Amino acid sequence: MTKPTLPLLRRRRPRTRSDDAFFRFATGAVAAVVILLAAAIALELLRHSRLSIEKFGFRFWTGKVWDPVAGEFGAFPFLWGTIYSSFLALLVAGPIAIGIAVFISELSPGRLRRPLAFLTELLAAIPSIVYGLWGVFVLVPVIRRLETTMPESLRKLPLFSGPPVGVGMLAAAAILAIMVIPFSSAVAREVLRAVPSSQREAAYALGATRFEAIRAVLFHGRTGVVGALLLGLGRALGETMAVTMVIGNNPQASLSLFAPQHTMAAVIANEFTEAADQLYLDALVEIGLVLFIVTLVVNALSRLLIWSLESRSRAIPATAEPSSASTVEAA
Amino acid sequence: MSRSRRRRVLSAVFSGACAASVLLALVPLAFILLYLLKKGASALEWGFLFHNPKPVGEPGGGFANAIVGTLVLIGLASILAIPVGVIAGLYVAEYRGSRFASAVRFAADGLNGVPSIVVGIFAYSVAVLPVRRFSALAGGFALGVMMIPIIARTTEELLRLVPESFRDGALALGATRAKAAWSVILPAALPGILTGILVALARIAGETAPLLFTAFGNRFFSTRLDQPIAALTVQIYTYAVSPYEDWHRQAWAGAFLLVVVVFVLSVIARLATRRLERMHG
Repeated sequence: MTKPTLPLLRRRRPRTRSDDAFFRFATGAVAAVVILLAAAIALELLRHSRLSIEKFGFRFWTGKVWDPVAGEFGAFPFLWGTIYSSFLALLVAGPIAIGIAVFISELSPGRLRRPLAFLTELLAAIPSIVYGLWGVFVLVPVIRRLETTMPESLRKLPLFSGPPVGVGMLAAAAILAIMVIPFSSAVAREVLRAVPSSQREAAYALGATRFEAIRAVLFHGRTGVVGALLLGLGRALGETMAVTMVIGNNPQASLSLFAPQHTMAAVIANEFTEAADQLYLDALVEIGLVLFIVTLVVNALSRLLIWSLESRSRAIPATAEPSSASTVEAA
Repeated sequence: MSRSRRRRVLSAVFSGACAASVLLALVPLAFILLYLLKKGASALEWGFLFHNPKPVGEPGGGFANAIVGTLVLIGLASILAIPVGVIAGLYVAEYRGSRFASAVRFAADGLNGVPSIVVGIFAYSVAVLPVRRFSALAGGFALGVMMIPIIARTTEELLRLVPESFRDGALALGATRAKAAWSVILPAALPGILTGILVALARIAGETAPLLFTAFGNRFFSTRLDQPIAALTVQIYTYAVSPYEDWHRQAWAGAFLLVVVVFVLSVIARLATRRLERMHG
């Protein structure tokens, strides 16, 4: 009678170090694709914007006239529009996003927590083209009515000047704010969760009111909260479809909320397929390159802020994680 | 007002403001869903789903070409992104702590934040410019590039939910790391990875910007990979900015369809993730 053997003991080829090395190499090679992709995007953008960079230099970003027919490319109106619309959006969305995060993680009854979080996540799942469609047919008419009913004395202010056409900076900022809120609030919620509860307990123990305790929590998590807002900013800077559908696509920098303006992402979406000559195309790609760099920096910054908070919170050994994998590897 | 009373009032005001901000955020959601139902659901009919667009200006016709086009594009993107994303996520989860794994994760986070319009330019310069033709392949490539980092990150997160003891057990029985990953760790996380893929699909199905100058859109029915192809989102866009009343109606129907698909995928993913968390919780 033969002895019964465990299947793994009957393996023909014994486990070897080279097997593991091959596995690590093979999966690592595929993982490297992710890094290569990021590098390739940067290189391609750089390569295809060379003409414009060489011809205009930094002047490209201060020039206020965008006239492709005359061969004049000044990207300041787009830079302005992107920064202005994102800033306005964050001004509105920031406090609301933090309020939502606080409500869900600190104030709401436990039963409401999941459904509320899920509802705000649904808001994030709606494609930007749908926001744009809603903006064109619902939001813009509302803003047009607001513009026409606004008293003449206010309309004289530079903030509200311009024709009452509905499309413009205000519509874009409003849409962006709606789109940014779920992102920032979701991240801010995670951040608040990472704040150790000893912070809250300490505040309450000292006789703090709810607001004062939450203020202590927010203060402890301030870097993460800023990170959450920056993540929202990164979204707003790169948003294309919803903005291009409601901002009016007019390359004129203006302080007015009612004036039709333009953004970097919007001009690429609108004019890329129409770019007739090489210089025009390169100018558009240069705008894309700067958009790429700016969003990369903003995102990296926000991740660093969020990480720094999380690692700081974890430094307090509340739940020491025994890392069994490392012991196996060491053996 | 006494100091303690002022503190309590301030606290109540603050709590109220937080609750109000939740309501404030849900108002647009309600409005958007309301309009989608009102304008979209009524226009969503048989002909819309199964007919191709009529010539410009003629009423009637539908989105059949765009629905099929989006399916083709999503399929192409999946072929590219699922293997790369899952294996990259596996690598980062298996060798977390190594410098290269951190670099991969950092790059994936970076790619996740790249505006989709920029990915469109990249796909244009890699897949359109050399052959001088917009194509379904270029569109699928653009969507795939967007999908890879999403899948890599969710896969990694979900593999981390698998208890260490699974890997330890497999290795202790003499399995190689490849064997442990393939027959123990991946299967344990498989439901999670599938939901991660669903989430990624939901996200790229709604992308418009990267398709504008890669897949380009097409008014005719086409499944040829080397030709421009229609997409749901691009067609909604062209219809929305057109001057025709009937096209606006169809744009709403298209948006309704898109949102229903995206929501269904999100809800499935949500439920599955909850189950998974409870399993490994």
